Amino acid sequence: MSNVIANAPSNADTMTLEKEGAENGPAVMADAQRKSNRSETILYVDGVSVTFDGFRALNNLSFYVEPGELRAIIGPNGAGKTTMMDIITGKTRPDTGDVLFKSETDLTKMDEADIANLGIGRKFQKPTVFESHTVFDNLLLACSGGRGVFNALFHRLSGAEKARIDKTLTTIMLDDKRDEMAANLSHGQKQWLEIGMLLMQEPELLLVDEPVAGMTDSETEETAKLLRAIAKEYSVVVVEHDMEFVRDLDCKVTVLHEGSVLAEGRLDHVQKDPRVIEVYLGR
Amino acid sequence: MRNELFSVLRRSPFSLKKVRGGFVRLGGAMACLMLVAFVLPNAAQAFSDEELRNIAERLDTKSSTQKITVIEEMAADGDPRVAPILKAMLEGDLFVRDSDEHVVIGRKKGKVYTHIDIVSGEEVGESSSKELSKIKVNNRLRGALRDALATLNLFSPDLNIRTNAVEQIMDARDPTMLPLLLRAIEREDDETLLARMELARATMALAAGENPAERLAAIDVLSSETTPQIRAVLSQFVASAEAEGIEPEVLAAAKDALNDVEGRLSTWQTVGDVYRGISLGSVLLLAAVGLAITFGVMGVINMAHGEMIMIGAYTTFVVQQILSSVLPSGSPWSLIIAVPAAFLVAGMIGVVIERCVIRFLYGRPLETLLATWGVSLVLQQATRTIFGATNQQVTAPDFMSGAIEFSTGLVLTYNRLWIILFSLIVVAGIACVLRYTAFGLQMRAVTQNRRMAGSVGIRTGYVDALTFGLGSGIAGIAGVALSQISNVSPNLGQTYIIDSFMVVVFGGVGNLWGTVLGAFSLGIVNKFLEPFAGAVLAKIFVLIALILFIQKRPKGLFALKGRAVEA
Amino acid sequence: MTDYSQKYKMTPVVGWLLQDRGGMILLAILIAASILIPICSLLLPQSSAFHVPTWMVSLLGKYLCYALLALSVDLIWGFCGILSLGHGAFFALGGYAMGMYLMRQIGDRGVYGNPDLPDFMVFLNWTELPWYWYGFDMFWFAIVMAMFVPGLLAFVFGFLAFRSRVTGVYLSIITQAMTYALLLAFFRNDMGFGGNNGLTDFKDLLGYSLQSDGTRAGLFVASCVFLGLCYIVARGITQSRLGKVLIAIRDAESRVRFTGYRVEYYKLFVFTVSAVMAGIAGALYVPQVGIINPGEFAPALSIEIVIWVAVGGRGTLYGAVLGAFIVNYAKTFFTGVMPDFWLFFLGGLFIAVTLFLPKGVIGAVPAFGSANGQSFLSGVRKRLNAGGKA
Repeated sequence: MSNVIANAPSNADTMTLEKEGAENGPAVMADAQRKSNRSETILYVDGVSVTFDGFRALNNLSFYVEPGELRAIIGPNGAGKTTMMDIITGKTRPDTGDVLFKSETDLTKMDEADIANLGIGRKFQKPTVFESHTVFDNLLLACSGGRGVFNALFHRLSGAEKARIDKTLTTIMLDDKRDEMAANLSHGQKQWLEIGMLLMQEPELLLVDEPVAGMTDSETEETAKLLRAIAKEYSVVVVEHDMEFVRDLDCKVTVLHEGSVLAEGRLDHVQKDPRVIEVYLGR
Repeated sequence: MRNELFSVLRRSPFSLKKVRGGFVRLGGAMACLMLVAFVLPNAAQAFSDEELRNIAERLDTKSSTQKITVIEEMAADGDPRVAPILKAMLEGDLFVRDSDEHVVIGRKKGKVYTHIDIVSGEEVGESSSKELSKIKVNNRLRGALRDALATLNLFSPDLNIRTNAVEQIMDARDPTMLPLLLRAIEREDDETLLARMELARATMALAAGENPAERLAAIDVLSSETTPQIRAVLSQFVASAEAEGIEPEVLAAAKDALNDVEGRLSTWQTVGDVYRGISLGSVLLLAAVGLAITFGVMGVINMAHGEMIMIGAYTTFVVQQILSSVLPSGSPWSLIIAVPAAFLVAGMIGVVIERCVIRFLYGRPLETLLATWGVSLVLQQATRTIFGATNQQVTAPDFMSGAIEFSTGLVLTYNRLWIILFSLIVVAGIACVLRYTAFGLQMRAVTQNRRMAGSVGIRTGYVDALTFGLGSGIAGIAGVALSQISNVSPNLGQTYIIDSFMVVVFGGVGNLWGTVLGAFSLGIVNKFLEPFAGAVLAKIFVLIALILFIQKRPKGLFALKGRAVEA
Repeated sequence: MTDYSQKYKMTPVVGWLLQDRGGMILLAILIAASILIPICSLLLPQSSAFHVPTWMVSLLGKYLCYALLALSVDLIWGFCGILSLGHGAFFALGGYAMGMYLMRQIGDRGVYGNPDLPDFMVFLNWTELPWYWYGFDMFWFAIVMAMFVPGLLAFVFGFLAFRSRVTGVYLSIITQAMTYALLLAFFRNDMGFGGNNGLTDFKDLLGYSLQSDGTRAGLFVASCVFLGLCYIVARGITQSRLGKVLIAIRDAESRVRFTGYRVEYYKLFVFTVSAVMAGIAGALYVPQVGIINPGEFAPALSIEIVIWVAVGGRGTLYGAVLGAFIVNYAKTFFTGVMPDFWLFFLGGLFIAVTLFLPKGVIGAVPAFGSANGQSFLSGVRKRLNAGGKA
């Protein structure tokens, strides 16, 4: 995908509509383009719609994330950001549309645990850590490896695992909180711990929902730094409200509105789009 | 005009077999008038006094066979004075007086027997048992006596006795009764009973009819009725006719008639099941509707809900006790007064529970469950301490006693009908409160967004308490109605609590219409299963089905889907 | 905790047992009781001040069974947040399995003297033993069934419920419906479990008369042993990584899911283990009280179990044991002295514990620290750290 602002919904419409009729020229081209899109992507969301009791939360949503990309997704309340996350992580099933991971795995058929084990980590909007466990145990539980019941029953901590946990503790700046109960952490520290837990899962794609909500300015800065560092190793999708933070991330932005993609591109391009200005950035 | 009316009633499946109770007292009065009017022609005396005396003296024989002949002879003409004699004989109270060899009825009074004349029915002296010899009866004679009495009852001056006699004849289907029945039909003037007699005649004519035309006519009469009895008659006839061979057109007609009757009966069976289901559903609805507010709207697991129902029932009892000196028994007023009283008592207890216990536990549903269970134990024991552990008697007002009975076997009791009506009124009332009052608006606001509601000036604590009070008060009202059909004991609530939760969960939490539909569908399913599985198994099946249903739709029938925001 | 055991190169079992002061005390008491009580009951003369009468041995044995039942509920409620209001069902099923064995042991000594059929079947004019009674003349089979049947029911029920993510109060309500359905079913004579009256009039167990003091003492010791074993198993589960996952599920279920764990399998595992423990408790209970009837399925009893756990302190295991003893002793006391007061007391207990003692008696005793499945030492360490900072 280029950095040109693409009108993704209409684009996707064309593709979906002409999927069957492969004889005419543009359709073949579109099909070819579609295939090339798929082969390059780590996350491929195409024509996804979902309805809750008549309310269309997602309306033919399509977008693609390349491997190693850091992507920010913005949009006003009710634009469908969290629903989109729910669909990618298997919490909600779409009515129509495809969601592919690494161009081949169909995520719409799998549940949360399967998808997590495929290598998609998700951070919630509200920081969610295991409050009755120590920071160390939180990371231990997130540590990749056997997820089976009996594996867990007879599991013993290996040196390698311990080393990884220590490394992550350093990354998320919680070294000295190692034996602290997660419940006793500050709001920002919980956010970091949750990000650390995602890292322990060794995911290929990280979905991060509003990581800086409720953080202090300095914490926000630290978090942006943390995410940029992480984005060097993993593909990351960040959902965020905070425009300054998105600017700090310095990445491609997708604007959602009423369940579809309104605009896509660099933040300064997007900010100039009149429709975006109208629906989101204010008049 | 009246005849027309009756004949319409008779033909239609809605024909009223028996009519009792408040709505139909007019009908009862009419029946009384007719009774008076028609007693005399019925009371025709077939024997002269002397004949009767002579024939009765022939009972003084050792031979049972001879006795039976005499009994049949006595009964054959339908003399009303014969019945008491035969009855006395059946009970072993008929004696021959040794002094004059007269047959008398002896009634034991202390050590002596009073002699009663069989003809006049007057006392004619007394003696010790030594001077009387009993006319002995054995089992064979007892059977004959009963048959004879049944026959005699056909001519009784009492309409009810005659009606019963006709029913007995219908059941027995003994062709030898036919001449007697024909005689009774000649004398009978009561239209309704006459119709039954015609039916009985047709039943016998079907079995004993001499030519096809007679049988076809009988089949025609029978096919217009819709009762299990007629179905039995027809199916028996068809079975024996198939075995013995009979005119094909009669057989075909009988089969058609049987199909017709069976079809109509199964429709009525379904109607009956639906009615019983709705009746059970309305009870479930009453029990659950308060819970639909506390659990459904507020999300509070109130295990003491059943005890609120119990408190309502006890309030009814207390109100009746207090008013019993003022009001005549059967007056509807005590029940009418009990409704607001139960609402207030249960509602106030609800508010107290909310303020003292539940408000500290919002957001901790499992703890709420345990604490309210504790409340329920305390309330049960308190009731037991105050009122005792035994059932209390709540009397039903006149308008709730009685029933409409259909000849098809369907019985609609008035208390059930009133409860169905009452449950719908209660639900409609709640719906109105929720939708049209300021309190309902505040309540919905607090439910949807507590903080926002608080910041626009709604006193959320106040609304919580009143909402809980409303739910409890409605449970109390339910208790008034349920006191009419359940035992009013400290355990009353326990019998309803699991069912109530099932209804609310099945219907969908937070949805009043879901609760209504849930209650009625559970009630109907239960009653449709009962004929196949029996009451207990049906209940077990429903419970298992519900457990499985919750797997499929964890949030009930009418749950709102939504974006999963919870983490 | 895990690094603690590594530091001292201990096997994990010894490691977590040593850290568990409450558990150590519990196990020590159980060992002492299983040695002393039989001695005091069987060897000391009745005149001795230390003589323990047989009725008290049976009473204590009954409490031990309740304690095991409470332990099984704490394992799922305290550590995984599954509030089962139907655990009495598993207890009763285990009890019925043992009861069926004891029924078969009566043989032809019943009122009707039928060597194969229990009295109630003869009474119902049954001529043959129903197929599901086969095998219950063998002790080992009955014991296996006492664990297998509750386990199987829990597995099937749990599989359905957890797979479709029935949680919280909904789960509580359907577990209650489950035990209620079983209650109704076992009341039926056609079920072949003695209907209303249940199974009773037992004579002997493995050839030993149930009335004899020796058998009573033996059953008491067996109860101690099984409670101890189940405690160690439960403690082992909660201290493993699996146990940490369970606590994580209790606190943030969807986080666990998104971390890649199959929450339903974990719940299913612990629910089944817990049901098996409840079944064992039931099997030990029946020979000591001499009767099992459908009343044990009553939903009210299942809720009562939960309050034992709550009183003791959920999430500690030994707290559940303590709670079972406290509440049941109170029950014995009140129903003996002032029966009318018992339900007031029990009801008040439900309210008071949820409002004022959310961590139970154990939580109120500072030495035992947090009730989150944390060890005693880590609690102290935390407190010391906090003190140091201050």
